[in-house]
Amino acid sequence: MIRYDALEVLAEKEGDKDTLIIANIGFPSKELYEICDRKANFYMLGSMGLSSSIGLGLALARPDRKVIAIDGDGSVLMNMGSLATIANQHPDNYLLVIIDNGAYGSTGNQKTATSGLTDLKKVALGAGIQNVAVVADESDLKKKLDTMENGVLVVKTKARNKKVPVIHLCPADIIERFMEISSPPSHSG
Amino acid sequence: MDPSQEVFKAIKESNIDFIVSVPCANLQKLIPMVDSDPDIIHVPATREEEGIGICAGAYMGGKKPAIMMQNSGIGNSINALASLNRLYNIPLLIIISHRGVEGEPICAQVPMGEKTPLLLEVLDIPAYKPNLVEAKKTIEKATRKAFEEGKQAAILLSIGFWRES
Repeated sequence: MIRYDALEVLAEKEGDKDTLIIANIGFPSKELYEICDRKANFYMLGSMGLSSSIGLGLALARPDRKVIAIDGDGSVLMNMGSLATIANQHPDNYLLVIIDNGAYGSTGNQKTATSGLTDLKKVALGAGIQNVAVVADESDLKKKLDTMENGVLVVKTKARNKKVPVIHLCPADIIERFMEISSPPSHSG
Repeated sequence: MDPSQEVFKAIKESNIDFIVSVPCANLQKLIPMVDSDPDIIHVPATREEEGIGICAGAYMGGKKPAIMMQNSGIGNSINALASLNRLYNIPLLIIISHRGVEGEPICAQVPMGEKTPLLLEVLDIPAYKPNLVEAKKTIEKATRKAFEEGKQAAILLSIGFWRES
């Protein structure tokens, strides 16, 4: 399984629902855009490391909605304190999906610490997150996405990017259409 | 007049309903005020940049966010302020305890304290430096402007500010 395969599974499970999805900068955003573009996807074009934080803020602001943040191992390693904050806030509508391919996929597949000794499942558990799971193939990923409402799901994949085009949306368009879905009705109406 | 109380009153008057905090000694009275307010979601963050991300998410969920930090935290917030807030026009009120200025007893605070206004200037983030009497009005006005324009506003509250009464 590569990241693209994992995102296809995620899109198949959540694409038709009104789940709010935060997509990490670089290939995760571009690949999700190619697989399943929808208004309820927020594509990060900058601020590497903050996918899990943006997702947390959104989940706390909208406890009535399911929020999924798609993160990467390199990005989580850059903002590991976020796991401690998520653990202590523990919103039950927030699932953090970490695509762990052991590489900085968008910058030339340089190895990350998870290709060495670092274990993100243990990091998440140590940070205090109660609900942590690891999957390494599509069928297990499908099952977990059916049953896991919150916590951290580590998806082990191979390090490879799909050839996908860039996102043809400007930042203003991305946030405007996202907020049509993510804002409470009183704000968007 | 109590400095923490004045800032809190401005926060409430501005309808701020989501606050991330990273502590500073000068914020030690304000943080519990925010934490115990039933109409404000308070999220203590581990690092300021993380907090900028949390506030951005909260804004997209319809909240009116602010972050409270020491000025040292601006250093590690710059990329997020530029490539998240500025890029997508995400508004934010930034309440900053400004250390390293007149009256600072710790020399290590001085280099970053001196450069903080310049860093905000480079980011095109207006920095307001009110005294105690004008603080409430200034914060309310700065917040209104930031949220109307999709921009950020920084309130620099110096060592002297916290000692006023």
